[in-house]
Amino acid sequence: MQKHLRMRKWNLSINSKSVLTAFMILISVSAVWAQRSVTGKVTDANDNSEVIGATVLVKGTNTAAVTDVDGKYTISVPNNDAVLVFTYVGKTPQEITVGNQTAINVSLVDDARSLEEVVVVAYGTRKRADLTGSVVAINAKDFQQGNVQSSEQLLQGKVAGLQVTPGGGSAGGGSTIRIRGAASLNASNDPLIVIDGIPVEGNGIKGSENLLNTINPNDIESMSVLKDASAAALYGSRASNGVIIITTKKGASGKPRYNFNTQFSVGAITKTVDMLNGDQVRELINANAAETGNNTYKDLLGNENTDWQDVIFRNSTGTDNNFSASGSTLNIPFRVSVGYSNQNGILKTDNFQRTSGAINLSPKFLNNALSVNVNARVAGTKNRKADDGAVGAALRMDPTQSIYDEENNFGGYWEWLTSTGDWNNQAGRNPLAILDLKNDQRKAARFIGNVELDYKLPWVEGLSLRTNLALDATNGNRTETISALAASNYLTGGYYRNEDEKKSNKLWDVSAFYEKNLTDIKSKFDVLVLHSYQDFLTEVFMNPAYQADQSAIIPNSTPAFATDKPQYRLDSYLGRINYAFDDTYLLTASLRRDASSKFSPENRVGYFPALAAAWKIKQDLFADAKVVSEMKLRAGWGITGQQDFNNYYPYMARYAYGSNSAQYQFGDAFYQFLRPAAVDANIKWETTTTTNIGLDFGFLDNRISGTVEYFNKETKDLLAIAPVAYGSTFDISVFTNVGNLTNRGMEFVLNTTPVLNRDIRWDLGFNVTSTSTKINSLRKQDDPNFTGIPVSGISGGTGNNIGLHMIGQWPFAYNVFQQVYDHNGKPLEGVYVDRNADGQITDLDRYLYKRPAPSTLLGINTAVNYKKWTARASGHGMFGNYLYNNFRSERSVMRNLLDPVVTINNASTELLSTGFYNNQYLSDLYIENASFFRLDNINVGYYVGKVFGNASLSLNAGVNNVFVITKYKGLDPENSSSTGVDNTIYPRPRLYTFGLNFDF
Amino acid sequence: MKNSIKNIAIAFLGMSIISSCSNKLDLFPQNDMTPNNAYANMEGYTSVLAKVYGSLALGGNEGDGAPDISGLDGGSQISFIRPFFNLQELPTDEAVVAWNDQTIKDFHNLSWTSGDPFIKGMYARPIWNIGLINAFLRETTDDKIAERGFTGADATNIRNMAAEARFLRAFNYWAAMDLFGKYSFLTEADQTGTTPTEKSSAEIFTYIESELKAIEELLPVAKSSVYGRVDRAAAQALLARLYLNAETYTGSGRYNDAATYAKKVIDAGYTLSTTYTRLFQADNHTQTNEIIWAINCDGLMTQGHGNTTFLIHAAAGEDAPDYNINSGWSGYRATKGLSSKFYAGSATTTNDKRALFTTTKYKIDPVENEIEDVSNFNNGVHVKKWTNNYVDGRVGNDPNRNFTDTDFPVFRLAEMHLIYAEAVLRGATTGDRATAVGYINTLRGRAYGNTSGNIADANLTLQFILDERARELYWEGHRRTDLIRFNQLVTDTYLWAWKGGVQGGRAVDTKYKLYPVPAEAIMVNPNLTQTPGY
Repeated sequence: MQKHLRMRKWNLSINSKSVLTAFMILISVSAVWAQRSVTGKVTDANDNSEVIGATVLVKGTNTAAVTDVDGKYTISVPNNDAVLVFTYVGKTPQEITVGNQTAINVSLVDDARSLEEVVVVAYGTRKRADLTGSVVAINAKDFQQGNVQSSEQLLQGKVAGLQVTPGGGSAGGGSTIRIRGAASLNASNDPLIVIDGIPVEGNGIKGSENLLNTINPNDIESMSVLKDASAAALYGSRASNGVIIITTKKGASGKPRYNFNTQFSVGAITKTVDMLNGDQVRELINANAAETGNNTYKDLLGNENTDWQDVIFRNSTGTDNNFSASGSTLNIPFRVSVGYSNQNGILKTDNFQRTSGAINLSPKFLNNALSVNVNARVAGTKNRKADDGAVGAALRMDPTQSIYDEENNFGGYWEWLTSTGDWNNQAGRNPLAILDLKNDQRKAARFIGNVELDYKLPWVEGLSLRTNLALDATNGNRTETISALAASNYLTGGYYRNEDEKKSNKLWDVSAFYEKNLTDIKSKFDVLVLHSYQDFLTEVFMNPAYQADQSAIIPNSTPAFATDKPQYRLDSYLGRINYAFDDTYLLTASLRRDASSKFSPENRVGYFPALAAAWKIKQDLFADAKVVSEMKLRAGWGITGQQDFNNYYPYMARYAYGSNSAQYQFGDAFYQFLRPAAVDANIKWETTTTTNIGLDFGFLDNRISGTVEYFNKETKDLLAIAPVAYGSTFDISVFTNVGNLTNRGMEFVLNTTPVLNRDIRWDLGFNVTSTSTKINSLRKQDDPNFTGIPVSGISGGTGNNIGLHMIGQWPFAYNVFQQVYDHNGKPLEGVYVDRNADGQITDLDRYLYKRPAPSTLLGINTAVNYKKWTARASGHGMFGNYLYNNFRSERSVMRNLLDPVVTINNASTELLSTGFYNNQYLSDLYIENASFFRLDNINVGYYVGKVFGNASLSLNAGVNNVFVITKYKGLDPENSSSTGVDNTIYPRPRLYTFGLNFDF
Repeated sequence: MKNSIKNIAIAFLGMSIISSCSNKLDLFPQNDMTPNNAYANMEGYTSVLAKVYGSLALGGNEGDGAPDISGLDGGSQISFIRPFFNLQELPTDEAVVAWNDQTIKDFHNLSWTSGDPFIKGMYARPIWNIGLINAFLRETTDDKIAERGFTGADATNIRNMAAEARFLRAFNYWAAMDLFGKYSFLTEADQTGTTPTEKSSAEIFTYIESELKAIEELLPVAKSSVYGRVDRAAAQALLARLYLNAETYTGSGRYNDAATYAKKVIDAGYTLSTTYTRLFQADNHTQTNEIIWAINCDGLMTQGHGNTTFLIHAAAGEDAPDYNINSGWSGYRATKGLSSKFYAGSATTTNDKRALFTTTKYKIDPVENEIEDVSNFNNGVHVKKWTNNYVDGRVGNDPNRNFTDTDFPVFRLAEMHLIYAEAVLRGATTGDRATAVGYINTLRGRAYGNTSGNIADANLTLQFILDERARELYWEGHRRTDLIRFNQLVTDTYLWAWKGGVQGGRAVDTKYKLYPVPAEAIMVNPNLTQTPGY
């Protein structure tokens, strides 16, 4: 959206400037020259590239010229009063009075009407000015710059209310996406992703944890974020978490144009954890031995000072190359693209490669009555996934030991051994061995293709019939090999397993669309009715595990079933009416009926209505006020559903077999288990009712523009794992509909252009979102004895939970003991506040303190254009979010060094200040403020111009993940886990990128 | 206009054609069974019965995974053996734990609360098993057998399975009643979905007694079933144990019945194993002469962290190779309260071969056995009773040497000897002292390898029985029940290290004789009431 606004401003300012210039020229004219020629060059205002084939016309005559491959033209003009008209497809025509100039260079800007105002919405497009719901579209030019491999990360910090949190720094890794916070406790909180009209399944596949990285970001034209129910309700039962519509690039008319861009990046780790070094460990253990007289641990010490973090991380490199051709041939607009990306991660052995290709054809037939749009997109990803367990292992490993040990049986990597020379499997493992001796190869091949037909019935004006047939099919493969030398697997001669998974998602939409303009009553309306059928099939192929050399099956590793075939289907009808009166009052009403195979026949069908209205205040109240360039009030209401959870048959009474390693012996034979499932036969959709009120405004030719928005989401029949009477079914909690939750907030978007003159343009925009989430109920009936649902398991101390879902609280509120400090502010080990004053510290003394979700989100974007230079920066922040620093609670006590399993682990330097002996897992000491601001990207571009032949070149260089401002003590305050338990992630690297872009 | 109407009609006709796929929304998971298919053949019945038994060995359908009871730790909180061991042994002199897992230290401190996750798991496990058994029993009625066309041996087999399932239901009720007193109650008359009622300890006692007596004759005669499946002797053994503790459960003693049923088992053809340690090692399935019923575990086929895998690993440390496993978890050991029953004064040797407190790393040592720091595994008496050893010295079935093959004997002949003797001492007229002394001396004869440990009639006192039970049955899940029967669990008549959370030991509130009903269980079931004191 920001993009659209900016283009309009640009356009207006140029036009007024041209008028002014023309006026100046007019009054200063003193000579009248005879017929002569004028030369010049036409360039694209976006990137100063040559515009080939632009038309230059002497106004009021038939004299015309066309720009050549260099964008140059020569034209004869009769006199100084002649006016030249420059036109090109998709650009705003420009008129210039010749005056006494002999050379006139023109820079054409994008045509506001054609580009700016059309936004992709659910099942169609809509003029931005006519939107009634909360929809934000981000176009390619405003995407996050630099090295971005997974498409959702293009939106980082760009949209109010949208939170994109990468899971970590792994190459090709995915992100957690939240639109306006999380409204569900146990069902998915991921938005629905729609690619070229195909709602796709968000879950990963064996072979790719993140299917969004199979879409080449270079092929994406725009991404629309549907935030409120009135915008999203057309997606019915899958829309509660909002919708992101990805639209890929289409063919253009005109002569084919080519683009090649390439990018090279270098990644480096930004921060490591402060661990004790070898000398410090030796000092502590020697002191302990002297004090206790017990030399058990002293005898284990090595003589090294190994920095294990240094051992596993590296500087990484990556390249990304894309070629595309777009234009028309044989009257068929086409776009073809290929891409190849190869990224190394900063964790040794981590590598991600993607090869992608795409074709789009958009011909028209039958006098343009039949529009055809064909997309075919293939991508292959290949990922050697480094085991990020190595990061934790590096923090745990004893720094007094050497990296290698030539003596042992484990590939020469030093390991903790038992007295019999086996690996001590209660000890940590050599982190470098974890990386080097495991090869986890993941491959995914994805095809997404669709054929859209749009037939405008020639004998009924305004009526068109449309159909969209689509297939999204992915084949995934995971081949995991662990060397026979690996300490963890040497007893079975290593490990090898090959697994396949296939997913296919088939869609068939049929619709009728009718639009009519009733000018006599100043009304305009359109109607859409649609039927959609979608089938999601997963086929899983499971194989036994073998020894690394594949010579023998590892005993009892044969899966109980060789295949599985989960499947679900959706059968839907929807209708929508848009009505506009006098182009000032807008109304949208829609209804979707979804039937889902995930629910019993009685509960299968759900209805999802939405209603929205908008009033273009500008037209009514400020029609003549020049300072106000735009003013629109929007109000929307709608109901959406949620059915995305990892269980396709939640209602169905059935018996399930157990695994082969869970059998029972009768006599000499073993028998598989057969167990009835615990189900709620009446389970149904979770539904969210959203109210949204927004005001869009623009002042001073939109040099200041923005939106203020309020939303309120009430989710009821929450899909949650809730406790039931013990013994009443085959579990003590079942997946059911229980309770409700409120999620409300404000969004504020402001885009400004503080500086705008001939040479310099500076844009500055920011967005702020404030949200709050509250659990209102978690029981079917109100219950004063309700004590909450413990959640958020932590690492260390089996079974410990740090969070609680409780009435009146945010989800995942931390449930902790209140730490007591001495007069110097030093925490006292194991001393907590007796909050219920019963004289003892029990579970009842735990209290709710903070939560993982942020209350405020911030995004900032800025761009400066100066002649051939452009500079951009963007950042985002979160505030009010707290993390449980599990690394600190687990790894900063003396017990780490003196591990009861008689190994030495490392501890963080915090041990030196607290001196804790035992872990105090549940202390609020480890709940830390994780508010942060991250500068995501700085990027500088320079337009070089023509370099050879027809090719024009621009260069760019940038830095991703520039800096983070935070008080958080852990590696990174930005954590994608909903529970807020920070277990030390794969650190996000800082990436330095350099790129070249050729257009020809 | 007519044309356009026609075209619109055609368009909608097209749409309605593809819409006629609503029956395509009835999908069924490929690898699962409908309830009817599950019981269509004998394999189905046997597989459900495997789960009925297996729910005592594993917490879930995939080992610890696919848990039966969700929301708790699959390995440590929801299986049967491990939680039962924790609740029966940790509050006593026989076990103390070094770990920091949640509230695990509250058990030895006798300071648990109704919010405790281990207690929650142990409350949930028996009623889960009972629910499964009830569902199974509803499929074993004569009507169902006839309806599904089972005849002859198959029909008999199904009826036998039903009797076994009823035994297991009684056993689950016994465990729950012993730990919690009053408990949730369901029978096969209650369809799935029924909220359980609450029955008092005495009511459950009566139900267990009537059920066991009803199936006593339905079950196969002793030693006639395949290994792992119960026979008549198991029902009699449970009755003996039930009657011995009747005073605890109902307020009135049933010692005559205790002696009678103990004797029934003793006379059913069992003999003591010659070597005590062989009852607790990987090939203990060969000891069917003494083991009446065991919960079967296997390192390859029955993998879980909540069965004997736990008992063996938790006791091991650096000395793990002694136990024939890959590593120790350095967690559980005993207090000197236990070892002092074997070692007089400061002696460090004994002739009682049941004193399994020495490994390559640990030994009986006046300093080492004192527990200065509960979290220091090196402090305490290390127990090498449960092992994964084979007589022939081979490694276990799990190539990774992690999961163990040792079965968990629930009833063995030695306990019946002790029940008989104690019942006689407590006044049973259905037995006599001479027989009692004889039974005790059989045990001691095995323990000492000769008659040097034999006792005289005068030595046969109740306190001797309690101590002898500790010597014979330690770490088998009896100690808390025994200490309650002798009123020594919560009082100061007997103190051990860290009883009540202080090093010297102290008396605690009498409420700790019973475990509380988990707060959540009460929250979700209005029929339940909290145990007094909690």
